[in-house]
Amino acid sequence: MSGFGLRLRGLMRKEFLQVWRDPSSLAIAFAMPVFLLLLFGYGVSLDAKQVPIGLVIEQTSPAAREFAGGFVQSDYFAPRYFANLHEAEAALLARQINGIVHLQSDFARRLQANAPAPIQVILNGVDANTARLVSGYVQGVWDKWLGAHAEGNGRTANRPVQMEARIWFNSALRSRNFLVPGLIAVIMTLIGALLTALVVAREWERGTMEALISTPVTVREVLLGKLLPYYLLGMGGMLLSIGMAVFLFQVPLAGSLWVLLLAGTLFLLAALGMGLLISIAAKNQFVAGQIAIIVTFLPAFILSGFIFNIDSMPPAVQLITHLVAARYFVAILQTVFLAGDVWEVILPNALALLVMAAAFLALALWRAPRRLE
Amino acid sequence: MNQSASACALRFAAVSKAFADTGPALRDIDLALPVGGITALVGPDGAGKTTLLRLAAGLLLPDRGRIESFGLDSVTAGGQLHSLIGYMPQRFGLYEDLSVQENLQLYADLYGIAQAERQSRFADLMRMTNLAKFGERLAGRLSGGMKQKLGLACTLLNRPRLLLLDEPSVGVDPLSRRELWQIIATLVAEFGTTVLLSTAYMDEAERCQRVVLLDRGEILQQDAPAAFHALASDCSFLLSSPRTSNRALQQRLAAHADVVDSVVQSGAVRTVVRPGSRPDWSKLFPGAETVVSRPVAPRLEDAFILLLTRRRSSLADAETVCFNPHGAGAKLDGSRTPVIEVDQVDRWFGRFQAVKKLSFQVGRGEIFGLLGANGAGKTTTFRMLCGLLPASNGTLQVAGLDLRRAASQARARLGYMSQKFSLYGQLSVRQNLEFFSQAYGLHQGRRRERIDWAVGQFGLQAFLEHNSADLPLGYKQRLALACALMHEPEILFLDEPTSGIDPLARREFWARINQLAAQGVTILVTTHFMEEAEYCDRLLIMREGDILAAGTPAEIKQRSQAGGAEPVTTMEDAFIRLVEAGGEVGG
Repeated sequence: MSGFGLRLRGLMRKEFLQVWRDPSSLAIAFAMPVFLLLLFGYGVSLDAKQVPIGLVIEQTSPAAREFAGGFVQSDYFAPRYFANLHEAEAALLARQINGIVHLQSDFARRLQANAPAPIQVILNGVDANTARLVSGYVQGVWDKWLGAHAEGNGRTANRPVQMEARIWFNSALRSRNFLVPGLIAVIMTLIGALLTALVVAREWERGTMEALISTPVTVREVLLGKLLPYYLLGMGGMLLSIGMAVFLFQVPLAGSLWVLLLAGTLFLLAALGMGLLISIAAKNQFVAGQIAIIVTFLPAFILSGFIFNIDSMPPAVQLITHLVAARYFVAILQTVFLAGDVWEVILPNALALLVMAAAFLALALWRAPRRLE
Repeated sequence: MNQSASACALRFAAVSKAFADTGPALRDIDLALPVGGITALVGPDGAGKTTLLRLAAGLLLPDRGRIESFGLDSVTAGGQLHSLIGYMPQRFGLYEDLSVQENLQLYADLYGIAQAERQSRFADLMRMTNLAKFGERLAGRLSGGMKQKLGLACTLLNRPRLLLLDEPSVGVDPLSRRELWQIIATLVAEFGTTVLLSTAYMDEAERCQRVVLLDRGEILQQDAPAAFHALASDCSFLLSSPRTSNRALQQRLAAHADVVDSVVQSGAVRTVVRPGSRPDWSKLFPGAETVVSRPVAPRLEDAFILLLTRRRSSLADAETVCFNPHGAGAKLDGSRTPVIEVDQVDRWFGRFQAVKKLSFQVGRGEIFGLLGANGAGKTTTFRMLCGLLPASNGTLQVAGLDLRRAASQARARLGYMSQKFSLYGQLSVRQNLEFFSQAYGLHQGRRRERIDWAVGQFGLQAFLEHNSADLPLGYKQRLALACALMHEPEILFLDEPTSGIDPLARREFWARINQLAAQGVTILVTTHFMEEAEYCDRLLIMREGDILAAGTPAEIKQRSQAGGAEPVTTMEDAFIRLVEAGGEVGG
């Protein structure tokens, strides 16, 4: 074996042994990904389901009962009856319910008289997202009831335009199908950037880097000796995530695996480049960890479109997201998982990843210290 | 490779080096090491020893000047140099989560050593270092001495022609230190290796062919040890007085204008006077006290102190530490009321017994030393006495308080300073002092008083607003001692207080400790540094949780003499003799 091969093998074997024996590395490489996957797969849901809502019906009538029945049957609501508006308001204030639907005592009379029969809807706007969803669903229940009511009276509802909505790609509208693929980008950031930055900083902290660079090892070999093991770990994390997504969480994989793996490679190289750069700037584990979390992990969470839609961010923030490698990868992940191999999405995003990976790695190689200063 | 026969193993020509943050580190260094032999690099902390070694290893580049090794320039031939030079950094450069074998394997890979060659080299090094039976053990679980030997073994895998060692023996017990020197001697004799090592131990430098004394980035002197001795010839004496204790005598001598250095040693006070001066010792004590003076051969340390004091206005700030601990001071008679009482104490960690039926007493105002190799149970004993660790059996009393029942009251009456100087690096000197006095519950007025006292006593005024992490080592140590004394404890625990500190700072430190003891503070100290054991009134040498020997330094030396042919003159000899007589040490 050549000197280069020997040295690289030695460095890689050392790295794997260290990860395997260090509980904190194992936690970042394996425990955290599994924990995040279980959390997002089972725990977190962006869907509004079984939203507690208060119903105040001041005077019961067949029409009012029928209307309230719509809420009871709906999967989206968990209705509770209140005797008067005052009690319902108290419950809303105590955050026991998220909204109030109020039918006044003259509801049935006015309906009969074909006069406008207003329904009062009060929503807790603290959680704007849920409030918007609930408002939409109430509208839906009301719409449905109106149609049924009109039919019951032997008329068709007076609606010239009818909406026929069909949902593509995630027809069940399960937020899990959209969250779990995006999570893969977060997990790979964890291994690629955070873990890598920490282990390199640790070598400086413990003085082993000093011993390392006094041997015939070159800077390129030291970097490669970090890059390859954590590349393999990161791809392992990706395969684990894809496996859990498809088999445990039943997320459909519409596109092809090789596209995912290729895009994953590009993203991981960018993340590793960032991790190495951070460790060159910060030679102690604490600072390196802080920087890695702020510069790579949190943006991958917040600014990548993994949870929050980039198009609804303010323009300035949208601009910043272009610097977040995870953004391109999340777009690829969500597309390949849910829509299939849509090259119009995959190619430009992959190109962006390629540019970022090349830039970060070149920068890391250029800035890597050849000596102690 | 172009090596002319005349090439030096290492040559520095007018080399200067400065750092952006700390300023100039080395100025106009000229140095030439012939091939073969051992050269010691000595000098106070911050003299530039590590920088010089890193420059030699090619880890730093000089700002000005040229560095050559075997005819190769350090700037242009960086890669080639790495295979000629072996460099062991201060912390040995080991991967602590890799086993002994795996560390060796890694370095063999890094040096590109062929498989066929490997096994024989591993076997050689294992034999040389006695590490063979620890092959599977993680490097992090080795004792300090074994880590150092493994670090050396990894560096030696490549059979370097120039070996650079940065403080290889700091924090290592005397037995391991002796083994290290045997290994180095073998290398020089068998392979003609050239060795350059930095050390804080003057007795190590004494054994080298050449000594380079560095101070504030400049070489003060480089020569054979004998030439250093010549500088201090007719300056060294052993003084003793039949009616005065050595410590009192030493304090009196330290204040004398002609005395450059005085330390308690071998039952007397070893004193170095200014060259050419002939002090009249009879005037030392105006009464009828007689002082017996006997000339002794100079040693390297004497020359070291002489050369350094010439560059400094005074060796140590000799002003007295004014100190009034609670309840102390009054009782300074010979009665020696016990302040620390340890009775039949055991300590188990799972199935491992770290301390076995330990009993001893320490009297008020006594300086009591706890010695032993790594893993002998010193640290465990210390932690139990500080109330940080409960004893499994037996009783521990400190200042009359049972540690089992009143650990926190007892802690309020003792001060603790550890080798790591437990300071907050990000806080300034003033903030550290404030924090520690608050932590000890001093009220505001008292706090201000004590801080003023500490700043005055320890000469911290100039550094008051500096972060403590940026202080020179000697000042860090002063600050740490000041922090431990903020609440005027009657007992002071010192855990390896002078580890890695140069002789100058060490003397200054002991001068303060002696003054504290004279004022009734009881002092318990652990140390690896056998010479320091001489400063103690009484000693306890531990081995595998047991008492190996106890008594005054003179008694212990006498006991170790038994059966031996060679006379025991130093504590270090006595320690090694005793440990060897007691059988092999486990770690």
